[in-house]
Amino acid sequence: MTDVIVVGAGPAGASAALTAARAGLEVVLLERGPFPGSKNAYGGVVYGRVLDDVLPGWYDEVPVQRWVTRRSTMVLTDTQALTVDFRSTAWGEAPYNGCTTFRADFDSWLANKAVEAGAQLVTSTVATGLLVENGVVVGVTTDRPDGDLRAKVVIAADGVNSFLAKQLGLLPKTDAAHLTLGVKEVLSLPREVIDERFGVRGDEGVDVEILGCTRGIAGGGFVYTNKDSLSVGVVVSIDGLAKSGIRPEELIADLKAHPAVAPWVQGAEVKEYAAHLIPEGGYDHLPELSAPGFLVTGDAAGLCLAAGIWLEGVNFAIGSGLAAGKAAAGHVQRDEPLTSYKQDLEGSFVLQDHKRLRKAPGLVLSDRVQQQYPGMIADLVEGMFTVTNPTAKPGVLTLLRRSAKKHGVKLRHLAADGLSGGRTFR
Amino acid sequence: MTQWDDMAFDDRMGTVEFRVGERPHIVVDSDICRSCTTKACVTACPANLFAPTSDGGILFNYEQCFECGTCYQVCNSEGALSWTYPDGGQGVVFRHG
Ligand SMILES: Cc1cc2nc3c(=O)[nH]c(=O)nc-3n(C[C@H](O)[C@H](O)[C@H](O)COP(=O)(O)OP(=O)(O)OC[C@H]3O[C@@H](n4cnc5c(N)ncnc54)[C@H](O)[C@@H]3O)c2cc1C
Ligand code: SF4
Ligand code: SF4
Repeated sequence: MTDVIVVGAGPAGASAALTAARAGLEVVLLERGPFPGSKNAYGGVVYGRVLDDVLPGWYDEVPVQRWVTRRSTMVLTDTQALTVDFRSTAWGEAPYNGCTTFRADFDSWLANKAVEAGAQLVTSTVATGLLVENGVVVGVTTDRPDGDLRAKVVIAADGVNSFLAKQLGLLPKTDAAHLTLGVKEVLSLPREVIDERFGVRGDEGVDVEILGCTRGIAGGGFVYTNKDSLSVGVVVSIDGLAKSGIRPEELIADLKAHPAVAPWVQGAEVKEYAAHLIPEGGYDHLPELSAPGFLVTGDAAGLCLAAGIWLEGVNFAIGSGLAAGKAAAGHVQRDEPLTSYKQDLEGSFVLQDHKRLRKAPGLVLSDRVQQQYPGMIADLVEGMFTVTNPTAKPGVLTLLRRSAKKHGVKLRHLAADGLSGGRTFR
Repeated sequence: MTQWDDMAFDDRMGTVEFRVGERPHIVVDSDICRSCTTKACVTACPANLFAPTSDGGILFNYEQCFECGTCYQVCNSEGALSWTYPDGGQGVVFRHG
């Protein structure tokens, strides 16, 4: 019998194990992969400020590829590209904003912090189910011989498909409407070539999110710079993908062939191809976060903050994992109810940001934003920037009406979406 | 549509490390698939592991699977897929995930 079993050594599980172990609890951290991160794939960028309190100076040792000093959002049509581009030197200095890193490196690093705090990491072990007695979770079964493990609290940090939360009925067995699939290629390129193509130097890096590159399937694309490789991929609704008849790798191929992206990736070779699901239900589809003897955290609880193209999952997994570890400690040591976990999250950025952005997934993945607005906006800007002399310049309103009409957008829908966008992202 | 990216799918999957276990962790009941009208898995599986057969069923090989879960999530026929994770330590190993 141990105090806490944490299932899954991703960022949520490692963080939960870290706070529980630091509080003095006996913690077993189970991971089904041969090492933490081996089963995990993301974009990606880790926004690490959430670690400021628990691991001060984390940025001096995190296994960083590049520090993101430039963030762009791009809107594409087959022949056009509009980019909003921001860069800040402040993001290239401590305490930084975000860094690109590979999960094999990052997850192993973070899990090791839990081990240093006293948690016992057990890899290559699948938690195959929950042990439940009289309605209370009392442990897990594993695929090891004599593999039952008992504990006072089980924390499910087993990611998006959480079979543990499903066993208790906290998550539906399937939920295709609120899941997206991310597919990614890591493309090798010499460091200097990346610096030149993206206008960065040293350990500066770039993060590009892209709308309008998924042939109308709800989703988006991304390009991130690593030291000597690029991460290029798309994230799409799995329902939309299944209905489209388009294969995911074709979408990546499209993106790489787009005139605005092709010059970045030219000559690069695929180093690794990967795929992973993302829970995009947001605040309106959160499951119960606790049950007797049981807590759910990170992607397992759908706590990834996602609006189609902007993804913050790792920091939310860490934030919720830290709180889960704390709640487990309060329960074991002071008999506090596990429901304090949810209250704690309500008071932290984890649920506050989710609540604020609850409409974002619906809006960003809506048909109009996905299928009509990219073309409309691109045509509007093309109209503004095209010099048509000797014909006189049309006014912006005329151009707006023209491009809206061409793309089948009603101005009242545009106004309504603008308003709800303003409210959502305020 | 695809313009210059003519990478063969086998080469794409060849970039990924798999520690293939002996137990097929996903099993497809092709009899159920025969009456499936969507064949959603065929389009959506990122590893392209679902091959339609001439008799309307599905030929499936578990060896190069990302363990992502897309197939069971989009499959609308109860019982067609029995889906588990590979045994501990086996299956996909991402190095740059
Ligand atoms: C394509 C893509 C792009 C993304 N981009 C970003 C980004 O740029 N920035 C960002 O912050 N987030 C991003 N995310 C989201 C982010 O990856 C997730 O939100 C985050 O990984 C969630 O962490 P977690 O610890 O909850 O779950 P996971 O990272 O999924 O970890 C779960 C762990 O549990 C283990 N496990 C599962 N079941 C069992 C079991 N039964 N027994 C034992 N072990 C088990 C798994 O092996 C895994 O290690 C992206 C996601 C995807 C798919
Ligand atoms: S696995 Fe499911 S979706 Fe695929 S063919 Fe069989 S029944 Fe249809
Ligand atoms: S889990 Fe993912 S990669 Fe494996 S067969 Fe299903 S869809 Fe394909």
